[in-house]
Amino acid sequence: MSPSHTEVWLSRSLWLLASSAVALLLLIFLFLINESRLAVVDAHWLRFFNSPGWFPSAGQFNLWPMLLATVLATVGALALAVPMGLAAALFVSFFAPAPLATTFRRLLMLLAGIPSVVYGLWGLTVLVPLITRVAPPGASLLAAMLILAVMILPTVALTSEAALRTVPVNYWRGGQALGLSAQAILLKIALPAARTGIVAGVLLATTRALGETMAVLMVAGNVVQVPGSIFDSVRVLTANIALEMAYATDAHRASLYVSSLMLTLVVVAIVLLGRRLEAKQ
Amino acid sequence: MRVSVLIALCWSLPLISVSATAADANKLTLTGSSTVAPLALDLGKRFEKLNPGIRVDVQAGGSSRGLADARAGLADMGMVSRALKPEESDLSSYVLALDGITIILHKSNPVKALSNEQIVAIYTGQISNWKTVGGKDLPITVVNKAEGRSTLELFLQYFKLKSPDVKAQVVIGDNQQGIKTVSGNPGAIGYVSIGAAEFEEEDGTPIKLLPINGVAATVANVRNRSFPLSRPLVLVTRAPATGLTKRFIGFAQSRHVYDLIQDQFFVPVAH
Repeated sequence: MSPSHTEVWLSRSLWLLASSAVALLLLIFLFLINESRLAVVDAHWLRFFNSPGWFPSAGQFNLWPMLLATVLATVGALALAVPMGLAAALFVSFFAPAPLATTFRRLLMLLAGIPSVVYGLWGLTVLVPLITRVAPPGASLLAAMLILAVMILPTVALTSEAALRTVPVNYWRGGQALGLSAQAILLKIALPAARTGIVAGVLLATTRALGETMAVLMVAGNVVQVPGSIFDSVRVLTANIALEMAYATDAHRASLYVSSLMLTLVVVAIVLLGRRLEAKQ
Repeated sequence: MRVSVLIALCWSLPLISVSATAADANKLTLTGSSTVAPLALDLGKRFEKLNPGIRVDVQAGGSSRGLADARAGLADMGMVSRALKPEESDLSSYVLALDGITIILHKSNPVKALSNEQIVAIYTGQISNWKTVGGKDLPITVVNKAEGRSTLELFLQYFKLKSPDVKAQVVIGDNQQGIKTVSGNPGAIGYVSIGAAEFEEEDGTPIKLLPINGVAATVANVRNRSFPLSRPLVLVTRAPATGLTKRFIGFAQSRHVYDLIQDQFFVPVAH
């Protein structure tokens, strides 16, 4: 049986679209490598880790504090948003009465759709002054974690809720028939059954947190340093690019492309790690 | 803001398009200061719109490149963000606008003025509490600009500091972020363009502008050149400007571009 005309047409156009997406990604990668090259030709690549600090005008290009800050802010945000998001998802899926569940879901979707700069402005004018009262300067790693947590919470909650919805009702009924408590059914049956979807949602949230620029730029304080506490000001890689790209030339500019490359590699590493987790299951 | 741009455009359109017929070349190149470059880009865009067929090419690369390119004839105009030195008087210079920056504090801060030495001590971390300079017992939050920003450059140059000397608690990008950061933190000290700060203060934002060397930080004092922490933004040409270059400079110094100059928080000069 030969495939119909429509089928051939559909498969060809899908192939074209899919491969252009891949090509685009590769092009971006090659572009980043090409632009970063300038920063390494006249000096060793290790200078991005062992310079005394980040003072491009003085030829010092240490990216390590910013890489660390990026990872810390993301981990902190996940530590807050994942439990809360999961709790929200479980509540909506199993406990909330239907009208409340619908309202709650709509609110989460609304929250997911707010532009990051709005979160940033709110953070700068409300959250940062609040933290300032406890521990100046206020603009800090903590502020970045909180803002990112609020931003990724809806992603975690919505994807987890979608994953939980695919768990067959029979599992729940089976658990009840075996006389299991609600807690046991949730933790031992529902969550493991929805695990793949939940992990995918957390990955999505992680990459969003890593790549977030404006909101973090506005609340994190942007001092390039290894933070001694969560009240210290930090600068993340994306904020560094946004702050300095417009005014950077030559080696400074190239080293900003190195920041982008590094961030891309971190995201690639996390996606691969996520694959591993899924495969193990 | 957008409305005023439109009005300015409509108003100047017939004036300039009439004179555009006598173009002697169709491309202008400007190179130099990255402070002037964003303004020059805006001026260029409007000039292109009013003079169809003309292209204005702007490249940033520092004031010294602007001087060198203008002198070597590589660019029609060099962009320079400081006053010319006596040995540079072989070039013709045209002031576009003035740029002034000042120290801002939170409105609730009782400190009325700081000496230059106190400002340096605060920015290098030697003074870290307001009570040392006659204020409340409150830790100081030093707000600094990100590397590469022209305001940082002017600030460091005036106070004879080097970038690694500054011990900041918060680093910001643009003026707005600086004003929001200081207005949300009673212990903060920052520096921003006077144009932006004056506008926000009149708008009720809880900040206050400190005088520098006893001179009040106002746009008026920048305009009459009595304010110390300011500099002229200049276009230089190898020989006195003629033809298209002359027309561009005339346009860039005219009242029709005041809105573009103010959008960048620079102060227009009356010619």
